[in-house]
Amino acid sequence: MSDIAVSVESVSKRFRLYHERSKSLKDRFLKAGRHEYEDLWALNDVSFEVKEGETIGILGHNGSGKSTLLKCITGVLKPTSGQVVARGKMAALLELGAGFQPELSGRDNVYLNGAMMGLKRREIDAIFDEIVEFSELEPFIDNQVKFYSSGMYVRLGFAVAVNVDPDILVVDEVLAVGDERFQLKCLKRIREFQNEGRTILVVTHNAEQIKKICDRAVVLSHGQMIGEGEPSEAVYAFRESMMSESLLHDRPELVEHTRQLHIDAVRVEHPGTFSSTPLRWGDPVTISVDYTSLGRVDDVIFDLEIHHPEGTMLLCVDSYDCGAVYDIEEGAGTVSFEFPSWPLGDGAMRISAGIKSRQETQIYAWKENAGEIEAISQNRRAAALIVTAEVSSSGSAISRSR
Amino acid sequence: MREQRPKVTRVVSAEVAISSRLAEIWRSRELLGKLIATEIKVKYKNSALGLAWSMVAPAITLAIYWMIFGLVLKNSIPHFVIYLFSGMVMWNFFSTSLQTSTGVIVERAGIVKKVSFPREILVLASVGTAGVYLFFQAIVLVLFMAGLQVAPDWKLLPLLGLALVAEAFLATAFGLILSATNVYMRDTRHLIDIALQVWFFACPIVYSFWLSIRPKLAPHSLSWLYLINPMTPIILTSQRVIYAHPTVQMGDPSGGASQILPTWGWGTYCWMDAALLGVGIVLMYVAMVLFRRLEGNFAEEL
Repeated sequence: MSDIAVSVESVSKRFRLYHERSKSLKDRFLKAGRHEYEDLWALNDVSFEVKEGETIGILGHNGSGKSTLLKCITGVLKPTSGQVVARGKMAALLELGAGFQPELSGRDNVYLNGAMMGLKRREIDAIFDEIVEFSELEPFIDNQVKFYSSGMYVRLGFAVAVNVDPDILVVDEVLAVGDERFQLKCLKRIREFQNEGRTILVVTHNAEQIKKICDRAVVLSHGQMIGEGEPSEAVYAFRESMMSESLLHDRPELVEHTRQLHIDAVRVEHPGTFSSTPLRWGDPVTISVDYTSLGRVDDVIFDLEIHHPEGTMLLCVDSYDCGAVYDIEEGAGTVSFEFPSWPLGDGAMRISAGIKSRQETQIYAWKENAGEIEAISQNRRAAALIVTAEVSSSGSAISRSR
Repeated sequence: MREQRPKVTRVVSAEVAISSRLAEIWRSRELLGKLIATEIKVKYKNSALGLAWSMVAPAITLAIYWMIFGLVLKNSIPHFVIYLFSGMVMWNFFSTSLQTSTGVIVERAGIVKKVSFPREILVLASVGTAGVYLFFQAIVLVLFMAGLQVAPDWKLLPLLGLALVAEAFLATAFGLILSATNVYMRDTRHLIDIALQVWFFACPIVYSFWLSIRPKLAPHSLSWLYLINPMTPIILTSQRVIYAHPTVQMGDPSGGASQILPTWGWGTYCWMDAALLGVGIVLMYVAMVLFRRLEGNFAEEL
């Protein structure tokens, strides 16, 4: 097939964790054959395909094997079994500037970095100016890189990576670097890449980012692929796994009763609910979380998150901040959040709800996309958040009636 | 839309065929050149003499050996300094290659862990850098020869090339094995430093094989024991080509003619160096197989 850009074929990677690994000869001889180790399967039979022109997200919590997978895809690590087939030139935005030589100038490093990505001198000559311009390092390009700030380092690294005209771009959590303006610039560049039909792999534990830029996502947990699909589905699977994760990591005696807390439903009520008229901006709204508990859980707080369908979190509120912490007895119940005046503008928003311990060290229950809330506003301009303010004037502005 | 261009397919898996590995290395030749240039640039950055240092250090060693073995110990080989030099340049290439390549993977952990390129390139760059130093030392050697009016054996000059190619193969093969081993056992580095010191004196550089070693070994048919050292044929070739006089009038009071280099003919040298090249290629293959097996876990071991 010609339109598959990257194909990951049952890739497994085993790490051997030695207890007190010795790298000296003396220890090797003394303890020959007596090394204790555990096998850790950082990746276990992971398979998926990335089509040409697709942007795919690899989502997983820390230690889920996503970085290992990425290293196998870029070829830094070799899988223990299985293989990765990639068609086209690959550029990786991992650990930007990793190949830089501090003693050399920025200019020399651009050439060195380019050569590491497999470019010929001529090809680098052709894009050199573009790289310098993108990195905004023109005045410093002939300075030794060791005098660069970490931000400048990353900027130069990014500029090289995105300007080498890759067919496949691999991005690893790097959008979190640089100042905000540069981040936006990077994001814009990634969008351009998408429009040009390049293949992009994004690795992150940031669910919002996945929803924002990916066409599809793969979810990893403990080296296994636990989900693949639409970003929102994948994010759902990811959050679910995170939750069971946090349960697993709890002390055993807590796990018993935490499994007993469950969110049944999230209901939205506003003046128009029963006459089916839409919610208007500024209307009072009540969001209620119905739960069932099979035992006693003390010291819990309720949490609401409201997301834009594209993934941006617009609003979050928890009962602790509103002055409410609960002890929950066995049985069903409801905790309601009353908003005197709805602040969000046009559009259908998604509500997620959770029940956590007061210190937020544990999530007892989490329901992703548990409900939807749609509002319309009479405001003349569209915005996610609409507020009013007291407007006053002085000087030559004279107030007149609307 | 972007223009369509032929796309290279790359496979990352536990087992990669040596042939595709070689192709990958060949594609990275630009990087190899860049790394060698970088190595030299960085090493002599901010130093006034720059590259001249690569000649000063060996020149001092040469001067010391010349004083000890030539003047103090009254070695009576005429133009001893040329004899010494012709062996030393070959040895320096070999030992510098091994010393630098042994540590190279560990030293460049930063890029080995993060950037994907055939790691053999790092070893090749170490050997290549040593090759550049060899070139500069050779210039000094030529100047010495011109100064002392010593001519090489022009007829045998091609043999020197053959010996150098064989040496490069051997150095790379050893370098690959040692660099990969050093990742798992950091002692390798220290071991190789000591081994090279011993190895140096096991080669006929500061003394003559034919004059000092052969008379003691030949009666017991043990000359092969000495010649099994792959550096010996290389150094003998270099001496035969550059020093050019197998038999010389000794400078000591007895004044007799002595054989200091083997009496072998062109054919023997040729056969010897070709065989060595064969060994080098086989060793290189073994080294690449070994390197490939060890390389899979570099990123986590560093």
